[in-house]
Amino acid sequence: MSVTQEQPAAAAPQTDDLSWERVCLLSDLFPERGSAALLGDTQVALFRLPDDVVVATQQLDPFSGANVMSRGIVGTRAGVPTVAAPVYKQVYSLVTGECLDTAGYSPRPGREPRLVKYPVEVRDGVVHVAVQ
Amino acid sequence: MDSSGESRRLVVVGGGMVAQRFVEALRARDTAGTWQVDVFAEEPRKPYDRVALTKYFEVRDPEELTLGDPALWDDPAVTLHRDCAVTAIDREARTVTDRLGRVHPYDELVLATGSNAAMPPIPGNDLPGVFVYRTIDDVAALRGWVEQKREAGTTAGGFVKPVRGAVIGGGLLGLEAAGALKALGAEATVIEFGTHLMGVQIDLGGGHALKRLINDKGIGVRPQTATSAMKPHKRTGHVGHLEFGDGGRLDVDVVVVATGVRPRDELARTAGLEIGERGGAVVDLACRTSDEHVHAIGEVACIEGRCIGLVAPGYAMAEVVVDRLLGGEATFPGADTATKLKLSGVDVASFGDAHGRTEDAMEVVWADPAAGVYKKLVLSDDARTLLGGVFVGDAAPYASLRPMLGSQLPGDPGAFLLPEGGGGAPALELPDDANVCSCNNVSAGTIRAAVTEHECTDVAGVKACTRAGTTCGSCLPLVKKITNTELQRAGITVSNALCEHFELTRAQLFDAVRVADLHTFTEIIGRFGRVPEGADGPGRGCDICKPVVASILASLGNGHILAGEQATLQDTNDHMLANLQKDGTYSVVPRMPGGEVTPEGLIVVGEVARDFGLYTKITGGQRIDMFGARVEQLPDIWRRLVDAGFESGHAYGKSLRTVKSCVGSTWCRYGVQDSVGMAVDLELRYRGLRSPHKLKLGVSGCARECAEARGKDVGVIATEKGWNVYVGGNGGFTPRHAQLLAEDLTDEELVRTIDRFLMYYVRTADRLQRTATWIQDVEGGLEGVRKVILEDSLGIAADLDEAMARHVANYEDEWRAVLDDPEKLRRFSSFVNAPRTADPTLAYVPERGQRRPATDEERASGVIIAGPKLEVRA
Repeated sequence: MSVTQEQPAAAAPQTDDLSWERVCLLSDLFPERGSAALLGDTQVALFRLPDDVVVATQQLDPFSGANVMSRGIVGTRAGVPTVAAPVYKQVYSLVTGECLDTAGYSPRPGREPRLVKYPVEVRDGVVHVAVQ
Repeated sequence: MDSSGESRRLVVVGGGMVAQRFVEALRARDTAGTWQVDVFAEEPRKPYDRVALTKYFEVRDPEELTLGDPALWDDPAVTLHRDCAVTAIDREARTVTDRLGRVHPYDELVLATGSNAAMPPIPGNDLPGVFVYRTIDDVAALRGWVEQKREAGTTAGGFVKPVRGAVIGGGLLGLEAAGALKALGAEATVIEFGTHLMGVQIDLGGGHALKRLINDKGIGVRPQTATSAMKPHKRTGHVGHLEFGDGGRLDVDVVVVATGVRPRDELARTAGLEIGERGGAVVDLACRTSDEHVHAIGEVACIEGRCIGLVAPGYAMAEVVVDRLLGGEATFPGADTATKLKLSGVDVASFGDAHGRTEDAMEVVWADPAAGVYKKLVLSDDARTLLGGVFVGDAAPYASLRPMLGSQLPGDPGAFLLPEGGGGAPALELPDDANVCSCNNVSAGTIRAAVTEHECTDVAGVKACTRAGTTCGSCLPLVKKITNTELQRAGITVSNALCEHFELTRAQLFDAVRVADLHTFTEIIGRFGRVPEGADGPGRGCDICKPVVASILASLGNGHILAGEQATLQDTNDHMLANLQKDGTYSVVPRMPGGEVTPEGLIVVGEVARDFGLYTKITGGQRIDMFGARVEQLPDIWRRLVDAGFESGHAYGKSLRTVKSCVGSTWCRYGVQDSVGMAVDLELRYRGLRSPHKLKLGVSGCARECAEARGKDVGVIATEKGWNVYVGGNGGFTPRHAQLLAEDLTDEELVRTIDRFLMYYVRTADRLQRTATWIQDVEGGLEGVRKVILEDSLGIAADLDEAMARHVANYEDEWRAVLDDPEKLRRFSSFVNAPRTADPTLAYVPERGQRRPATDEERASGVIIAGPKLEVRA
């Protein structure tokens, strides 16, 4: 069975000039956890949600500056899927990428308190992610 | 002293608790800087908590008894002259002379010279070995004497002759001194002249119950006994025995005299101030002496015709004088003589008219002689208004009833005396003017205002705002109750819910999962989860509840923490079985039980660290931490460590970390037990035990305590007879010393006691609650814990034992299990599409012969010498 989906993303690249990249099999991803992927020089975090929807965000944690977002705990806030940053525990919506709870911290200089999202498609059990 | 010329000079004579409170209150309120304060203290130290003097035996560190914020003494408006008693007052010239002959002028003078321990004129009261109990120096001298006597009584064969102690005086202080003698390992007998112990505070019925409780602590009591002489030992000349009026005698090695205190009014006398009939400088309700520029506060003040030997009225007087000096009109509100004995395991409290001396007063008494419980309320003749109370053996009603003094009790007074859960006392709504915290004179109204006007939202906030509960802490349960009631009233939910997914607390959830026999998160959230606002189902948990459920499942023994659905619940540290660091790499800590490691082991650790380029540091828990390991390196690192016989140190878990030890009797000249052996046994027993927060243990081989065990959740200290076990210590943000739980245990008893303590904690503590705060919150406090563990008061001991036995039997090394399972190993990929590629953004610089993460500035300036890969030679 394969799931195909594409979500509008807050700060995602324009859909016109997307270059899709095959990243891995859906079965390579752990349910309800994140994995990191390396697309050229760009590090992304892939989250496999309970319904096998896959979400891709930046791997960079805006609050610690480390590439660790994939290692956060996946959950829900008021029904919205979320990930909690593993370093200082900010909570982000995986739907919009916005930070729902800064946990009392400020982002690193020059960073915004939100996650860039990347378009994801799962075609025939293969995860594709689009970066510019 | 200052150039403004506007400051007025205030001299405080005395450096005790009341002087400290006075200066603290003055500095808090004198925002205009009207007063320049000079404090003259006779003792060479800052004011300390004399009420907690007995604690000095346990902590042995005078700093522990420090009162208030030490920064008070750095205030430029305050000068503390230590070891500098005032020797004379010249009221005409308005100056004082200190012991060095220096003369200091004053505009206003405050006498806070306190009391001396009274020494009754018993022949022999000056013999070596006779002590009073008033200052840190007294206590230190007593301790030294007992230790010296014990050493002298220890034969070459190791036989120890007990040190025999007697305390003359069975009041509050006498009982504390007896407790202190016991704590020092001496025998103790209390000699009381009156009919019963604590005769000032409690009645005869209470006295009988108290005697039984005191006897149960191994302390002898001789009431109605007059000491006629103290006689020297023939050979040593030290005090050797006591002779009594009834012809009896008692052999002793040490005597503590605690027959009362006498106001230190010598200065006041020679200065010609009016002195009370039984001593003390006479003051009016404004605490002014017969000289309007001289005030007296605390035990030296004779107010309303008497001197009061309690700290709370002294604090009240301090506040009165501060108010007056700043132009106020405050008067002494009357003495609150409520007292509570703080002797471990003995609950005694009294307040108000404890003896029922009010005309037509009625008494309601509830007594259970078998359990050693005696409780009495004194009421007005209509049986409604509360006039006083006595509680022995169960002081639980004290905290809520004492503030009702002078108020009408709702319902049947007897209901307040029934054992908890036995009758259901009516809920008490305290009037706003009821005094809740007598140490700091905080009323129920002030606490309510902290919530309603100052927007405090929890007990910690209320404490900081009002100072309620910050001195002796006995009112804290009440403060918490009032705070929570007020929060609820203000529409602020006092929620104990774990998070939006679970209404339950961690402890409730633990029980629910255990009783319902559930084993997966899906089952648990399906059964006990709730639907959050704005959602259409219970959801899938979050970063709060998932690790809690993970910990509960692990504590209940559900296999490997990465098995099946459990892997989705783990925080990154548990998920990677390593500790996440700021740059996204991890640190690795192999277990070294008891801090013991072989040279071969050290070599392997060194080689691994070298080969993987890891920064190496010794931890506070006596093992080695290796930093900078990347996700994809972790299995390779652990393969080598496991092959060399190491196993996971669980440094990443909310679980047992280490059992720190000193080298103990196997090597140390002073050790009395094998502390390393015990530490290794304990660490191997509890390794892998998941708990609400991290757990640290320590084992010291003698009372010198080199393992710093009392800074641990469970501290074990060797005695000549076995082991003492202390619980509830920690370092960190709020350091705590562990408190004594049980003494002189055999190895077997020790292990059983710790088994039960840990399991009880694991089952009932809140999320991220360490043992210290858990002990405060758990039913009955430390005494409650002791009853559950040592007396099986809840009937769960066997269950706790069995749970720990299961933990021990089911232990496996988590890292070995990962290495044996390809599916688990797959989690340790750096990138799902490039599993062995290092994070290219990692960067390091050398420092002191090792490497550390580069800072932003170093990255920008390009001085980085090593990317993530260069150093790896594996």
